[in-house]
Amino acid sequence: MTQIQLKNVRKKYGAHDVIKGVDLDIRAGEFMVFVGPSGCGKSTLLRLISGLEEITDGTLEFDGARVNEVIPSQRGVAMVFQSYALYPHMSVFDNMAFGLKLAKSSKDEMHARVRAAAEMLQIDHLLDRKPKQLSGGQRQRVAIGRAIVRDPKVFLFDEPLSNLDAALRVATRLEIAKLHHEMTDVTMVYVTHDQVEAMTLADRICVLRDGMVEQVGTPEELYDAPNSTFVAGFIGSPKMNLLAGDIAAAHDCATLGIRAEHIDITKADGLWAGKVIHTENLGSDHYLFVEIGTAEPLVVRQPGKQQIALGQTINLTPQAAMIHRFDTGGRAIL
Amino acid sequence: MTATPTVPKGRSLSAQRKRAAFWFLVPMLAALLFVAAWPLFRTIYFSFTDTSLTSLYDGKWIGFDNYLSYRQLSSGKVIWRGTLVDPAWWNAVWNTVRFAFVSVALETVLGLMVALVLHRNFVGRGWVRAAILIPWAIPTIVSAKMWAWMLNDQFGIINDMLLRVGLIDAKIAWTANIETAMIAVLIVDVWKTTPFMALLCLAGLQMIPKDIYEAAKVDGISALRVFWRVTLPLLKPALMVAVIFRSLDALRVFDLVYVLTPNSKATKTMSVIARENLIEFDRFAYGSAQSTLLFALIAIFVSLYIWLGKMDLGGKADQ
Amino acid sequence: MMRYLKSVAFYAVVVVIVVVSVFPFYYAIITSFKTGTALFSIDYLPTSFDLSNYRGVLDSPNFIRSVLNSVLIAGATVGFAMFLAVTASYALARVRFRGRALLLMSILAVSMFPQIAVLAGLFELVRFLGIYNTPWAMIMSYTIFTLPFTVWVLTTFMRDLPLEIEEAAIIDGATPWDIVSKVFLPLMWPALVTTGLLAFIGAWNEFLFALTFTASESQRTVPVAIAMLSGSSEFEMPWGTLMAASVLVTVPLIILVLIFQRKIVAGLTAGGVKG
Ligand SMILES: Nc1ncnc2c1ncn2[C@@H]1O[C@H](COP(=O)(O)OP(=O)(O)O)[C@@H](O)[C@H]1O
Ligand SMILES: [Mg+2]
Repeated sequence: MTQIQLKNVRKKYGAHDVIKGVDLDIRAGEFMVFVGPSGCGKSTLLRLISGLEEITDGTLEFDGARVNEVIPSQRGVAMVFQSYALYPHMSVFDNMAFGLKLAKSSKDEMHARVRAAAEMLQIDHLLDRKPKQLSGGQRQRVAIGRAIVRDPKVFLFDEPLSNLDAALRVATRLEIAKLHHEMTDVTMVYVTHDQVEAMTLADRICVLRDGMVEQVGTPEELYDAPNSTFVAGFIGSPKMNLLAGDIAAAHDCATLGIRAEHIDITKADGLWAGKVIHTENLGSDHYLFVEIGTAEPLVVRQPGKQQIALGQTINLTPQAAMIHRFDTGGRAIL
Repeated sequence: MTATPTVPKGRSLSAQRKRAAFWFLVPMLAALLFVAAWPLFRTIYFSFTDTSLTSLYDGKWIGFDNYLSYRQLSSGKVIWRGTLVDPAWWNAVWNTVRFAFVSVALETVLGLMVALVLHRNFVGRGWVRAAILIPWAIPTIVSAKMWAWMLNDQFGIINDMLLRVGLIDAKIAWTANIETAMIAVLIVDVWKTTPFMALLCLAGLQMIPKDIYEAAKVDGISALRVFWRVTLPLLKPALMVAVIFRSLDALRVFDLVYVLTPNSKATKTMSVIARENLIEFDRFAYGSAQSTLLFALIAIFVSLYIWLGKMDLGGKADQ
Repeated sequence: MMRYLKSVAFYAVVVVIVVVSVFPFYYAIITSFKTGTALFSIDYLPTSFDLSNYRGVLDSPNFIRSVLNSVLIAGATVGFAMFLAVTASYALARVRFRGRALLLMSILAVSMFPQIAVLAGLFELVRFLGIYNTPWAMIMSYTIFTLPFTVWVLTTFMRDLPLEIEEAAIIDGATPWDIVSKVFLPLMWPALVTTGLLAFIGAWNEFLFALTFTASESQRTVPVAIAMLSGSSEFEMPWGTLMAASVLVTVPLIILVLIFQRKIVAGLTAGGVKG
């Protein structure tokens, strides 16, 4: 079990500030997901933890011991890359055994560990193949297998699913979740720009924005109590409605946030009224896009089949307890 | 390998890599210092001494005398000596520059033309490309001998062809004749090196995106204009690099001249005359001075070229 | 009609290019099959098929010696250069350190050296080491052009290898040496073969050093042997034998070049355009 602590960690590339002072506790054995828009520094932060990049300033501690200067292989980390990064000239077996070979493990141990990992991931029939002869999903399994074989304390993933097609992505996501449940003493850090992945996999999510931590918390916490408009807009699908102007002013805030499922359609006297300009039907439920005089249409989620026709004017009332209020700086007002 | 994270202070990754890089580079740099930097330094040193081939270590320092010195006779007449007032040297400089300029110009133009032909899709293109590699693959000495035979005054096939076509009325001693010796050298060099230029140009052409041409076609721009306005400017960086490499090659030309037109005053280049003095005439120090001058000339040429063209020879090195 | 004329003209140009490229070698071949007075009649098509020139060349112990010398020298030079260049190019392509660009420029500058500029100094060195008139003189001196070339080309190849593979290896605990020897080297075989071949051709064809650092006939390399081949007098060049020898030393090169055509073009452009 390894606990990871980042204390005021900074990273500069030349004069370019990429990570601007991150303080973060990753608990032993938890599944932490870094999420944020592209270019916000997620991969960089992960690579600082892995040791592939040098920390410019601040300290990184594993179980209380400073590891800033420890090389990656001695940190006990394993990493799964976006492009799989398999060694093209080696068989699947050799790919998975490479780290053990370098560490001069005995033949028996090597075979045993590779076999075990391969069985766990159901790739034991592929051990003699070259990466070229594998499908994308199989390659990603091999990459995960290679990481498992190293018996890591810390498991790092950098957008491991983004090269897979949608169906495979869901299946592999499940696989990774299963892995987390089986390897209970391994701390996992996972980078993604996809908030669905973050919500479904994470024990806790760390939302990054422009090289800084915006909010850390469980998926529920982030969903229910985003501390900024940024997090509110990033976590959850569809996006939380963020309304400015008079509507917000009426609630003593600069921006008012309300999720699509927290808006009720009321018969006559609603708080807001507007025309339905677009609908999306998902089968289990449906979304109404309502023009209520704000910059973007209000999205309202309704269960079951659509009953309201396009062009109809409806009255809406937000559930009072579910209203999020933000100040002019975008911070939540508690 | 699953060492605990509490492993004592190691060297950080980038320190480890820099250290390895240092040791990876040392043997290569040592080798280059040994076979390039040191000999270059010694050549320059010799050029300031009166060292002779037979007693390499007995040379005395004589300053710039190999380059230029003067003596005043009792009559008051000043006599200048040294390479810089040696007509044979200036003849060689002129030959070299003339050769480099004409050969590189011809090779660039012809190479570009061949590349444009090869850039088209036609039946048997692969074979043509293979065929033009042949002159490049043949060793220079062998080409020189092959052409010496073809350019032979009595039995050469070139004279025969030209006579049949009626371009000349009498056989020409191409390689021996003062007026034609340089032409002979140029013919062989252009024949041998145009393929190299063509391949570099072709690679450059293939890097130009196809849709640019299509856009031009749609706009109804004539092929010639497309070439001048689109192809050539885009090809320029590749062409510049090719031209500088070829020019440097041409400025140091030795083997072709030495074998095709031995001892011809009309073709003797700087490298040829320097080696002649160094090794054959036992004017070792004098030859060293000439070698040093050629080195300086090339160094100046390169600096000028980089400065004028602001060429990024280091490429992505600074990425 | 216009179109038709145009394509005829185009193919005419193609034919001219091919004929000009190939004719001298073709003519050397038909000459090599002629002996005696047949040599002095000018023929455009093969007229005789006499192998005695080839027999003469292959029976001459010095010719065989010089081929062996050349193979040994070019092989050793290239092997030595590749050995040093693989690790050096990893450092240059993959490790960020101060002065890297300058170092690359200096290496490129060495490859632009006029060879004559080091001739005097190398001559002294060769004499000093007591390797004058031995293959070692050439093996040592050819390093001056094979090494910068191989370093430069391998560096451009090495730069294009994917970063994540290297990082995966680092995570797996590979040292820089492991990365070079166990991960990159196996991935670079095509590049190594191409670079090696180009460097080999360069060493095989070298003339100035070989001419200067050898004295006896038995130590000559192929280019020197061919350049020095002469008859009993200046006016009796043994053209038949000369052409046979030329064809013999060129055919293997041409075959190699044709086999590795595509790779060679890639290698040349890596050293040139892309640089
Ligand atoms: N090696 C590097 N040199 C300079 N800038 C870099 C380097 N790596 C990443 N960056 C910059 O750091 C920022 C964050 O990159 P990254 O961590 O890859 O973002 P993310 O993974 O969140 O998309 C980007 O602006 C990127 O351009
Ligand atoms: Mg990323």
